[in-house]
Amino acid sequence: MEAMIRVSDVSKSFVLHNQGGAVIPVMAGAALSVERGECVALVGDSGAGKSTLMRMLYGNYLANGGRIVVGDVEVSGAEPREILAMRREVLGYVSQFLRVVPRVPTLEVVAEPVWAAGGSRAEGEARARDLLARLNVPERLWSLSPTTFSGGEQQRVNIARGFAHEFPAMLLDEPTASLDATNRAVVLGLIEEAKARGAAIVGIFHDAEARAQVCDREIDVSGFTPERAA
Amino acid sequence: MTPLLQVRDLTKRYGARLGCGDVSFDLYPGEVMGIVGESGSGKSTLLNCLAGHQPPDEGQVIFDTRAEGPVDTLTMSEPERRMLGRTDWAFVHQNARDGLRMGVSAGANVGERLMAVGARHYGDIREQAVDWLSRVEIAEDRVDDRPRAFSGGMQQRLQIARNLVTGPRLVFMDEPTGGLDVSVQARLLDLLRGLVREMGLSAIIVTHDLAVVRLLADRLMVMKSGAVVETGLTDQVLDDPQHGYTQLLVSSVLQV
Repeated sequence: MEAMIRVSDVSKSFVLHNQGGAVIPVMAGAALSVERGECVALVGDSGAGKSTLMRMLYGNYLANGGRIVVGDVEVSGAEPREILAMRREVLGYVSQFLRVVPRVPTLEVVAEPVWAAGGSRAEGEARARDLLARLNVPERLWSLSPTTFSGGEQQRVNIARGFAHEFPAMLLDEPTASLDATNRAVVLGLIEEAKARGAAIVGIFHDAEARAQVCDREIDVSGFTPERAA
Repeated sequence: MTPLLQVRDLTKRYGARLGCGDVSFDLYPGEVMGIVGESGSGKSTLLNCLAGHQPPDEGQVIFDTRAEGPVDTLTMSEPERRMLGRTDWAFVHQNARDGLRMGVSAGANVGERLMAVGARHYGDIREQAVDWLSRVEIAEDRVDDRPRAFSGGMQQRLQIARNLVTGPRLVFMDEPTGGLDVSVQARLLDLLRGLVREMGLSAIIVTHDLAVVRLLADRLMVMKSGAVVETGLTDQVLDDPQHGYTQLLVSSVLQV
């Protein structure tokens, strides 16, 4: 069986049309492959391109060359609706910050990915209750919009939302940042469960212990930094 | 899957000046597309040509009709096109007064569209009108008031109810949040977002507000001087814009 996530010879430059057409190459020859049930950590200094690579995997940034395949979706060159279908069903993304939709209650924010993937109202709510409880978000907050929650609470809502649908592939951007020891352990548990059910995971973890606990391999993205023109 | 709308080489000129040129795209069922660009970029001209409010000079606007499958709406007879405008299509104007009958009650504004498609039972019509007014958060005790007595935000919500009551499949929106207070805008956007998802609507939204498209649109088309300069997934176009004009547009948004 082919790997769940396959990246080969991917390159990326930013062209700043309004700043004299400056071309900034940020990545060249990027390659990685992640099997089902495997968690791979992206490492490298700040600015090395960890987030850029992750965003290209999610279809948020365009790759200029090479191939990115997630499941059976060829991300590079896909139509918007193909990317959206992939994001609904195949590839989950836990970003660093919750993008809050005003007025939507927390329970619905968390259940939404289950509904989007075709789950019933009841399934989505049950899953949301379970995850919010595990992540110690007090039940009296579930009916409120997370807009006014503290940073840590928002991050836990964000993680609950990210893990609500059981995606076969996941991207995790600093999932344990700004969490206390108890909740950090809950998140690491969620990651291990996802691996056990066969999810292929790519993550950025500055927390070295967390990385050592859940990741099977590390990929240093500095190796994909293009040669800077002198 | 058959696209709901297939647009081919749509061109509209105003004398020697180009309104919009060679626009082509496919819109699939359930997709929401945003058209952004500065004033004069041709986005409203394009929307009006798509919706049959303005005749384009060239091109095709092929809609997947319930009865006959894909038909070019530009070669349809006028009565056929008007019927489409009352049933499967809806148009939300920037100015609610352009989309409402200001002299009749809120309930009648909603009921009228139902009657246009053959509803005759007063009780049913009233019941549906009240149901729709509550879905757009207008209280039942306002059903007999005229839109003139409503605030701008309420008028806009009423216009949306009037448009969606017949269960259209394609909604055109021209700056639906233009001219409203920020807090009223947020409420309207949230409402629209919910309705679009629940009803599985396809929509084409023209706006100059990038926050509106980020919240509502699956994909974007960026226009400048009548031409489409960039298309793609909404967050990709906004976060990694490729064309110089889009880069300028995105970087010009004030951060709060």
